[in-house]
Amino acid sequence: MGITRRSILGGLALGGTGLALAPRPSWAQSSKKLRIGVLNDQSGPYRDVSGLNSVVCVKQAIADFGASAKGLEVEVLSADHQNKPDVGAAIARQWFDRDGVDMIIDVPTSSVALAVANVCREKNRVYINVGAGTAELTGSQCAPTTIHWAYDTWMLAHSTGGATVKTGGNKWFFIPADYVFGHDLERQTSQFVTEAGGKVLGHATYAFPGTTDFSSFLVQAQASGANVLGLANAGADTQNCIKQAHEFGLTQQARIAALLMFITDVHALGLETAQGLVLTESFYWDLNDKTRAFTARIKDKTPNNYPNMVQAGCYAGTLHYLKAVSALGVDRAKASGAEVVARMKATPTEDDCFGTCKIREDGRVLVPAYLFEVKKPSESKGPWDYYKLLVTTPGDQAFRPLAEGHCPLVKS
Amino acid sequence: MRALDATPAAAPARSALGAPRAHVVAMGVMVLFVVLAPFILYPVFLMKVLTFALFATAFNLLLGYVGLLSFGHAAYFGMGAYVTAWSVKVLGLTPELGILLGGLTGAALGLVFGGIAIRRQGLYFAMITLALAQMVYFFCVEAPFTGGEDGIQQVPRGRLFGLIPLANDMVIYWVVAAVFVGGFLFLYRIVHSPFGQVVKAIRENEPRAISLGYRTDSYKLIAFVLSTFLAGIAGGTKSLVFGIATLTDVHWSMSGEVVLMTLVGGLGTVFGPALGALIVTAMENYLAPFGAWVTVTQGVIFVACVLAFRRGILGEIAARLKLDL
Amino acid sequence: MHTIFGIPAPLLFGQLLLGLINGGFYALLSLGLAVIFGMLNIINFAHGALFMTGAFAAWGLLNYLGLPYWYALILSPLLIGLFGLVLERLFIRRLYGLDHLYGLLLTFGLALIIEGLFRNAFGSSGMPYQIPRSLSGAVNLGFMFLPLYRGWVVVVALVVSLATWAVIEKTRLGATLRAATENAALVQAFGINVPRLVALTYAGGVALAAFAGVLAAPIYSVNPNMGSNLIITVFAVVVIGGMGSILGSIVSGFGLGVIEGLTKVFYPQASDTVIFVVMAIVLLARPAGLFGKTA
Repeated sequence: MGITRRSILGGLALGGTGLALAPRPSWAQSSKKLRIGVLNDQSGPYRDVSGLNSVVCVKQAIADFGASAKGLEVEVLSADHQNKPDVGAAIARQWFDRDGVDMIIDVPTSSVALAVANVCREKNRVYINVGAGTAELTGSQCAPTTIHWAYDTWMLAHSTGGATVKTGGNKWFFIPADYVFGHDLERQTSQFVTEAGGKVLGHATYAFPGTTDFSSFLVQAQASGANVLGLANAGADTQNCIKQAHEFGLTQQARIAALLMFITDVHALGLETAQGLVLTESFYWDLNDKTRAFTARIKDKTPNNYPNMVQAGCYAGTLHYLKAVSALGVDRAKASGAEVVARMKATPTEDDCFGTCKIREDGRVLVPAYLFEVKKPSESKGPWDYYKLLVTTPGDQAFRPLAEGHCPLVKS
Repeated sequence: MRALDATPAAAPARSALGAPRAHVVAMGVMVLFVVLAPFILYPVFLMKVLTFALFATAFNLLLGYVGLLSFGHAAYFGMGAYVTAWSVKVLGLTPELGILLGGLTGAALGLVFGGIAIRRQGLYFAMITLALAQMVYFFCVEAPFTGGEDGIQQVPRGRLFGLIPLANDMVIYWVVAAVFVGGFLFLYRIVHSPFGQVVKAIRENEPRAISLGYRTDSYKLIAFVLSTFLAGIAGGTKSLVFGIATLTDVHWSMSGEVVLMTLVGGLGTVFGPALGALIVTAMENYLAPFGAWVTVTQGVIFVACVLAFRRGILGEIAARLKLDL
Repeated sequence: MHTIFGIPAPLLFGQLLLGLINGGFYALLSLGLAVIFGMLNIINFAHGALFMTGAFAAWGLLNYLGLPYWYALILSPLLIGLFGLVLERLFIRRLYGLDHLYGLLLTFGLALIIEGLFRNAFGSSGMPYQIPRSLSGAVNLGFMFLPLYRGWVVVVALVVSLATWAVIEKTRLGATLRAATENAALVQAFGINVPRLVALTYAGGVALAAFAGVLAAPIYSVNPNMGSNLIITVFAVVVIGGMGSILGSIVSGFGLGVIEGLTKVFYPQASDTVIFVVMAIVLLARPAGLFGKTA
């Protein structure tokens, strides 16, 4: 008898641990509470690009919208997708099935972005992607539930690539990361370079992730005689490339076109190293009075970093979403994500970060693209005073033309 | 390698079936948990737990019973996931055939890799399996059919035997539960068969087993292939549940994760690895909202596990109660 | 132009040199791992995290105390070495005599904690750290443009590696250490404080990692993930050299740097994987690694 009782105890440990972790059964909630899920990288390389500052921006949008005054109850959830598509898709599924989330926002890393887009389409929930680069989100993989906010690979390639060739940078050498994002960025930029009469002299695709030393590729670039070094990568890889390009004196021979770079990367490099870089963002905190006002509102809550275009996009996306929801009524908004998105597409956006923009039928938000040059240390007058505006591309020209995207939603 | 802290086996009381009574009771509790849990917990999360539980139990066959630390089990799990996803999505196979194909892929890979690796022992065995698994990872990054960084997405769950649609979470749950329980019983049977006894003898003293006339290499290889077969099945099942197979599944950190599950639950215990899978997966799942603190918490738990529960949670309980679980 | 395998010879020489420089980092890191494994029989998975802490210490010394690179090169290994002593006293000490697996798990846990805390404190986008003025600039070697700092790295890595080897193989202290690993009880009986010796060995190995971290700070991005990417490669280097073999880790560190460098020319996507291919071949041909003693 004794043994049996003890073995039951032992066995119970197995079941008990699981049951102790049982969550509140919340799928039954049918209250009018809206739930927004911020899904991004909170521990990896894109933590500072998206991360907790995106959450802060989403909450700021809720406050600025005056949700509680309008009788809207909004809850914000957030989670770390670790840049793994399976983790991201699983969290999204769980949020919809169990936690009653109505909208997912941010989602950097292209592979995760596409996986989550599929879940949102399947569950008919709103998906506002801001952090990811892949233009597929509004191309062949577009969905009636997807909106893509701040930038994409086409826009970066077009803005940075096009402008560089125009100013004499016509012999390119690419260093792409060996994954979809890197390949897309390289392919699209190459296209603009050759169309504008430039030449691509070579490329060195490196193993991703795991490469920290780029000297080998930089020496290859040097030997090729290129006058532009195209970096088709992001985050720490881009920083390492730039640091090492300086070291090897490549900057005397070629300019660096960092095809995806955020203000947080510039900050991490320091102006000494980053000066003279040309890059594209669709938001800069010091652009105009409205962007400065926005930054002033959130600065205290994001002590380490100023907002970049991704975080600004999270703000703008949430604001526009809340407007659509309050116009439709919470019940209808909760019932169909596609209907909310249709409503969002029908009304132009209006916010402090991007101004007034149109959302195209494929889900693309037509924000203007700004080509910036990073200031010299002597030109910088204060903290985070980093960019000089070179060229503005209006939203309707900044992105891939509708017809070339082959989005099935677009009827020609 | 020095001997691991194996759980001491007390003279077990036997039930009518020939299995120790403690096992029958624990098995009952486990099956009860599998049956009741989906009515309380989120089924998709449970399916993840079950696939990892099968993976960890299969891994434990090697580490816990043969004493071989394979540090490349992600290769079999991940390739299983890819092949199942690919065969279901591209070839249009039914889910059960897809999973079987995933398992066979794991077994085939295990046969080749195991054949190479079992010639070495201890840490060197671990390092060879790691090296081979890294090559599989590289293959998966470069090969076109895996979809590179995106993985194989939108894998349809299909219809079981071509008849029963699995789109509903509760329906596929029972399939996953059956796969898990079936795999678990299969492993249980192996461990407690004459074959299992020989394998344990090899773990304890290989030269002695050789001198008794056993071809230890063949025994090790068979155990290896069985383990990789079930790892492939587990991977294939996971890719069906989530509709996605990605590089995460073949990355070396997945190999590390399964070691952790096994150690946290209890190395060389029957039920430990499954419990470990539950704990580790639950940790990842329920800690996800805490963002960057997840890794810190995980780190603390691993350190605590080594310092305080070296036998793993179930191993520790079993030792206290003088039971063989 | 003269070509070898279709690659212009100067470019190839350049790549060989670059490989050697990277090999310097591998050698320093794997040396620390090998010392710790050889003396303590512990696989220190926290090595990458400690390498990262070394780089951050250099950054902190500059930013908070205004101490430049040259001070950091001495102070950071000392600080992190002290931290290593604390780790040894609190955690590592409890692992002696246990299976490798537990050491691996515990140090892996420590790495997760350290990296997680740094991520929370400093974010993940990295910290700026400049090459010291006296080492900035480059020389033209005819076949390539060699940054002075890289030249400094390879020289210093070689000197420190050989010095460590000499201390362990050729001095009295080293002899005592080696004796203590063979038979701790006997050495203890001679009146030598073996636990202290072992603790200092751990601290020494950790200090080597921190030293490599300071060397890396000016050329790599100083961020909390910088070590975790490296650890598995360095681990492979140690195994190829022969677990615990000091000379083996130095030779295979530099050698694999070169092999990796060449792969970056011919098939860059595989530069990560080539080390594992080498590892598999070496282990099959020489089970205990290139310089290891067969057990």
